[in-house]
Amino acid sequence: MSDFLYFFSFQDSSIAFVVMGITLLGIGSAFVGTFSFLDNKALLGDAISHAVFPGICLGFMLAGEKNPFYIVGGAFLSGALATFLSSWLKSNTKLSDDTIIAVILSVFFGIGIVFLTVIQKSGNPEMAGLNQFIFGNAIGIVERDLWVYGSLSILIISVIGFMLKEFQILVFNPEFGKAVGLPMNIIRFVFDVLLILAVVIGIQAIGVVLMAALLITPGTAARFWTDRLGILLGLASLFAILSGVFGTYISYLLPQMPTGPWVVVILSSIALISFLFAPKKGLVSRYFHRRSYLQKTQRDHVLKSIFKARELGQEGLTRAELLSLYPHQQSSIKNSIKGLEKEGLLFVNQSLIKLTDPGKYQARRVVRLHRLWESYLNEYMNIAPDHVHESAEKLEHLLTPDLEALLESRLNFPKLDPHQEQIPRDHDEL
Amino acid sequence: MMSFDQNAFLIIFTASMIAISCGLLGVFMMLRKMSMTGDAISHAVLPGIVIGFLVSGTQRGLEVIIGAGILGILATLMIDWLRKKARVQLDASIGITFTLLFAIGIILISVFAYRVDLDQECVLYGEIAYLPIDLWISSSGQSFGPRIMWLAILNLLLVGVFITLFYKELKITSFDEKFGIVIGIPASAINLGLMSMVSYTTVSSFEAVGAILVVALLVVPPATAYLWTRDLRPLIQLTILTGILVSVVGYYLAYLFDSSIAGMMVTVAGIVFFLSVILTHKKFKFSLGTQKETQPFSS
Repeated sequence: MSDFLYFFSFQDSSIAFVVMGITLLGIGSAFVGTFSFLDNKALLGDAISHAVFPGICLGFMLAGEKNPFYIVGGAFLSGALATFLSSWLKSNTKLSDDTIIAVILSVFFGIGIVFLTVIQKSGNPEMAGLNQFIFGNAIGIVERDLWVYGSLSILIISVIGFMLKEFQILVFNPEFGKAVGLPMNIIRFVFDVLLILAVVIGIQAIGVVLMAALLITPGTAARFWTDRLGILLGLASLFAILSGVFGTYISYLLPQMPTGPWVVVILSSIALISFLFAPKKGLVSRYFHRRSYLQKTQRDHVLKSIFKARELGQEGLTRAELLSLYPHQQSSIKNSIKGLEKEGLLFVNQSLIKLTDPGKYQARRVVRLHRLWESYLNEYMNIAPDHVHESAEKLEHLLTPDLEALLESRLNFPKLDPHQEQIPRDHDEL
Repeated sequence: MMSFDQNAFLIIFTASMIAISCGLLGVFMMLRKMSMTGDAISHAVLPGIVIGFLVSGTQRGLEVIIGAGILGILATLMIDWLRKKARVQLDASIGITFTLLFAIGIILISVFAYRVDLDQECVLYGEIAYLPIDLWISSSGQSFGPRIMWLAILNLLLVGVFITLFYKELKITSFDEKFGIVIGIPASAINLGLMSMVSYTTVSSFEAVGAILVVALLVVPPATAYLWTRDLRPLIQLTILTGILVSVVGYYLAYLFDSSIAGMMVTVAGIVFFLSVILTHKKFKFSLGTQKETQPFSS
């Protein structure tokens, strides 16, 4: 606990530096990543993050130590080469996108491994620092790194803030941008530069292999909570910062633990929670939504069956008769009967299930919609009367009162449907 | 320096076996536009390897292969689940799945560092150079040669059997999955079978070339071959040739620069790939006998 307080009170200036660095680079990569996710190019970030690895090694070889300027420079150049090559290969070969990404990713990484092993065998004592780029170690951020990474992050964030409209057009409708005369090629170029920069600074904390998560996961998770771009960017940054700070905290507690994997695990947990429990788009809420819809359709069908029995002169249906109409849905029909009884639409009298007055009203409406739709299909779409039932069976639950009024006036308030059955109205005798 | 001793032969032979197994599977992965799924699987098997290691106490147990196989299939299912049930777009599903599983693997290695003799670097690029000293010795003390070589031979045999047995099914479902389903091929079973073979190959090659460079061998030789031909049989033959070429040249270059053999193999594969791109490029088109004119912008 005291560790926790010590860490989060930021008394230690080096911890404050690290947290500040992580926060800035989290926001930067979440912003850039969200846009590339919206652009359907999530995996390009993965290719770039593997591709900067040889550049880091080369920068290290030239500088002879872990100098952030050389490393960022080398990483940027090889990232840029990879980005250029992937778009060049796309327009000059017949290979598919994912093959190109996989080729770039693995070949650059292989070259990086060759450089790394060459450096390792050269016996440079600074070597230990280089390994950290593979899995990331945020605790290793020192003041000099912070200036470089921090200012680059601020640059990314402010460019995105400044060019928000342009990037929005780039990912949602580049054709429109071209039509109104925006220089889309330059905008894409600026965006690619930002993507590479975000990767270059992100790998310090997350590492080459897992950097893709910091780009892809925050935006994907945030997308489940909102449809608005501003909120999306804010939420994505929040997720990135949360996981970044906790990942760093774990590396601080257990120094042998690399930061990257923990950041990814926390980020993925947030994403999983979003996929499952986000309102509207989450799996759970969609499941309940679907279930309540199915329940409503089934209850409508039960009401309709009793209504039709009344049309044939019966008072109601026995439970056995009702169940025999739906031989494959016995238990859910029982539930529906129970639910309808509770809602006051049905009552059971001398083992007959009968409609109450509100029940009659509801049942009549469903039957009316069904038969109106059948008439409409028959009359306006020229569909034979024996083919209209299936469609009406679905639409009867969906038609709104507005549409109902429109159908009535279009069909000129018909008395009978194509099967010569009466279309029930609210003023009819019951 | 260009010695051709027994060790060099063993390493090149094993590397070729691995490259051929990967290439054979990679051809079908590429045709199904699933190269990145292959990448995801090769990352995702890591926690399975570590858990298998913890259960069996050794890197050589069957548990390791079973663990990795399960994780490979789990990764495929998770990508599918994210895409179909949670409605995440495909590339993001792949990205989330492999980063999560790989991260869990690295954490497991760090937590059980004292019990698992796997370091993070070995995971990344393996070490085929130690192959000649890692012998398979029977209980009676007789040596049968390098253990990893036997693993690679077994791997190639199984991959070969799998592809020969299901050649027609693989071919049809790779080019037109719906047609395959219509004529009664169990497409999802074939798909799952292919994914299991990829996971198994990843584990089997893991000690020699590492988890990430397996991807290069899965992807680069088929992509190179695809630049030259689009017919399946020549595609497979060219892939195999590229795999062998890469192993031979990669070994000697690694020897020359004193670097990782697996890394150098991938570098060579990359060079061969880019040379092929340039040679098959429309502007530099050389007449190559019966080679058909190709459409560069077809996709």
